[in-house]
Amino acid sequence: MRYLPLTATDRQQMLEKIGVRHVDELFKDIPNDVLNPEIDLPRHKSEMEVERYLSRMAAKNTAAGSVPFFVGAGAYKHHVPATVDHMIQRGEFLTAYTPYQPEIAQGTLQYIFEFQTQVAQLTGMDVANASMYDGSTGCSEAVMMARRVTRKKKAILAGSLHAHYASVVETTTQFTDDVIERLAPNPAAPEAELQAAIDAIDADTSCVVFQNPGVFGSVLDLRPLAEKAHENKALLIVVVTEVMSLGLIESPGEMGADIVVGEGQSIGNGLNFGGPYLGLFATNQKYVRQMPGRLCGETVDADGTRGFVLTLSTREQHIRREKATSNICTNSGLCALAFTIHMTLLGEKGLRGVSLANHKAAVDLRNALSAVDGVEVLNSSFFNEFSVKLSKDAATVVDALADKGILAGVPASRLYPGGGLDDVLILAATETVSADDIEALAAGLKEVL
Amino acid sequence: MSMNNQGRPTSAGAASENTDFESFSGHKGLRLAEPLIFELGSTETTGVDVPEVGEFELAIGGLDRKNPIGCPGLPEPDAVRHYTRLSRRNYGIDMGVFPLGSCTMKHNPRLNEKMARLPGFGDIHPLQPKSTVRGAMQLMDELSHWLCTLTGMPAVALSPKAGAHGELCGVMAIRSALEARGDAREVILCPESAHGTNPATAAFCGYKVKAIPAKDNGRVDLEALKEALDDTVAAVMLTNPNTCGLFENEIREIADAIHAAGAFFYCDGANFNAIMGKARPGDLGVDAMHFNLHKTFSTPHGGGGPGSGPVVFSDALKAHVPVPFVVKTEEGFDFVEDADDKSMGRLVAYHGQMGMYVRALSYMLSHGSDGIRQAAEDAVLNANYVLASLGDVMTASFEGPCMHEALFDDRFLKDTGVTTLDFAKAMIDEGYHPMTMYFPLVVHGAMLIEPTESESKFNMDQFITSMRGLAGEAKGGNVERFSGAPYHAPWKRLDETLAARKPVLRYTTED
Repeated sequence: MRYLPLTATDRQQMLEKIGVRHVDELFKDIPNDVLNPEIDLPRHKSEMEVERYLSRMAAKNTAAGSVPFFVGAGAYKHHVPATVDHMIQRGEFLTAYTPYQPEIAQGTLQYIFEFQTQVAQLTGMDVANASMYDGSTGCSEAVMMARRVTRKKKAILAGSLHAHYASVVETTTQFTDDVIERLAPNPAAPEAELQAAIDAIDADTSCVVFQNPGVFGSVLDLRPLAEKAHENKALLIVVVTEVMSLGLIESPGEMGADIVVGEGQSIGNGLNFGGPYLGLFATNQKYVRQMPGRLCGETVDADGTRGFVLTLSTREQHIRREKATSNICTNSGLCALAFTIHMTLLGEKGLRGVSLANHKAAVDLRNALSAVDGVEVLNSSFFNEFSVKLSKDAATVVDALADKGILAGVPASRLYPGGGLDDVLILAATETVSADDIEALAAGLKEVL
Repeated sequence: MSMNNQGRPTSAGAASENTDFESFSGHKGLRLAEPLIFELGSTETTGVDVPEVGEFELAIGGLDRKNPIGCPGLPEPDAVRHYTRLSRRNYGIDMGVFPLGSCTMKHNPRLNEKMARLPGFGDIHPLQPKSTVRGAMQLMDELSHWLCTLTGMPAVALSPKAGAHGELCGVMAIRSALEARGDAREVILCPESAHGTNPATAAFCGYKVKAIPAKDNGRVDLEALKEALDDTVAAVMLTNPNTCGLFENEIREIADAIHAAGAFFYCDGANFNAIMGKARPGDLGVDAMHFNLHKTFSTPHGGGGPGSGPVVFSDALKAHVPVPFVVKTEEGFDFVEDADDKSMGRLVAYHGQMGMYVRALSYMLSHGSDGIRQAAEDAVLNANYVLASLGDVMTASFEGPCMHEALFDDRFLKDTGVTTLDFAKAMIDEGYHPMTMYFPLVVHGAMLIEPTESESKFNMDQFITSMRGLAGEAKGGNVERFSGAPYHAPWKRLDETLAARKPVLRYTTED
């Protein structure tokens, strides 16, 4: 077996040193009648055999890069420079542990410090943590943090919030006494979605969670929402599932957010069928000690040289146990590395340029689809994603287009089954979408509708 | 050819006394200094192709970002150097023995990386039509089959994002099952040796946490457990093999007692590496157990994630698993994405850590049923070899045999002036990552050594030589070797108190 270095001779010598004759004597604490069960699984395979087997499985899937592709709704196909994936595979990054021994982990710690700064700058907030599992789990952590800060229990989830995110919040708070008020989605009237969130805030509200751009793509000014929240001593949590939008649109911090939660996949990370991704989590200085997750901070070593360490860990489970701010243990280190490398390659200039190209692709897509009979564009504002109302069931249309080799978007019914949105389709166009792709989709829609 | 070295042979040269100088560059040979990107780059620089889009009318509701963002860019050559230089300040499994107890730092096969990057796995969207992701559903089904077969459990939830998230999934299923039968219970029992995530998870699900005492042999005190078990106890959370590296030899009696009280048995599967292919938790009365795919099944730790924490369930709990999950249909596979009344709901957006599923299945297929058992045996053999080889110079906390990790405490350092922390830092000078220290909490100055199956006997012998040497130095009174250690690492000990007292969590220009 190519991964197991011990030889039969080694094993024999080691058993002798230990003073037993057979390896199973080391397993003597396991009840004998259950030891060494028959395991009905295949025997070992060579590298070549495994590669062949898994490649065949992979070939049954349609890769995003192989077709005209307009699927988004919280996960986006972007071009990631080759440098990113090459660098994260350096063994010193890939095979390192959490940097609890800072003398031999300054590589990880410095990039986390840089990552935290980049995320704070992007979101327009004071501080960010070392990342969460993903945007959806980060969102539920933010709701719980708002409760700790405000000592109030009622969280309002706006209709603009991705259905999965709202479900994750509901699931993770079902055994606490938190009260979750989930507002209805309204793709045709985003301003009404915003007004409904404003109206729902009262003195008992701990936080209001608003996604911007919303799950149906609209971009809104959240200042009125921030104002109403703050009047009621509630926190505004802004969710950003398309972090690339921050290169073009005013940041949540500038709009008055108290906590920003983001899905960072778009920068540096591939689609990966939904994971691993990375949650971005940023807030203002005064709430730092209520933040969940790992934090990296600057310090000096015994020689006075600048260095970095994980810090403020008295919030965390390995110190506080049942009194911790969260049970979270890990972050999403390697995905955060991919994010920070891509972000460093982009810089503000590149980010703004790529963001603008995303918006341009979506504008072109909107213009093309507006000319198709049976398609009604619902958004007046958007970044790289918008929703349309179709003259037919959207899921049926998407399946018919998939048969033609076009991946046309996410039917709203996939996220909101039974929600009366069967004719709504959410489409994304990133910088990877070409004019030919848009033409193919418009032509396909004309045939199918 | 850059130089005609025929005429200029190099030789060792004279040893210089005067080596204590600062270089003009701040570099020290191959130890290259590297500032922060904020000190290197500028917002005018970029290392990517910026698309040219021309003039067009924006449709972002007049909300364009006018203020500077501040993120510097680096051109590609400088970016490559920046991260290459940073990487060289890290220790990884690729560099040497990484005996971090409880963390299972085994070799990360590169085949797994290659497989996860196949476009058919790496470049598919979680919400694209199901007809276009049949291979992904097949992979998830196959991984589920392996996990269920290895544990002898009937159901698995793949989606939890990490071990602690898996614990949450498991305890929520337990609470869902209890509530479904109208049985409100308040307490979860955990041993004092438990991982911190166990009590944190229990508290998160609204339970009070009570400790179970251990016996002198490092195992749960069965009689005390029986006494603590009553109709207020929802579950017992136990790690097995436990955090002292020992198998709970009364596991059956423990499971029976838990079930007799109407409670559930949650097993923390962090240490499954010791028993995979050797014993199935399903045969031992476990109701739920999470895996850490990044420990047992070799997906990279990545400097702190991403992890992946699937949970297997018994028949009593399987109705409560979270969505989504894969089911077999006549056409092949389908996803169930919407929760019914019994399901606990949804724990993550999309389908969980697909990238980790591919890597874990690649590991499993490579090893096969025979290789998996052999890996567990080798892991246990290596740990017992450490125990046998160091037992005379360090103090083992419990009598062996141990499972996949060997626990020592600091009695052998008594009166030497050397602490567990010092000893660990001295291991860095020896070229090793320290073992886990001060965990578990049940022994004084714990040192938990887990070599894994990835180490050859040659590596083990070198490691043992170092450890014996250090133990000898400590007992011989050479405190200095320890008190300032590490001396040979790129950084000296860092001031963690300063970091916590005056938190600087981001770069600012006022610094």
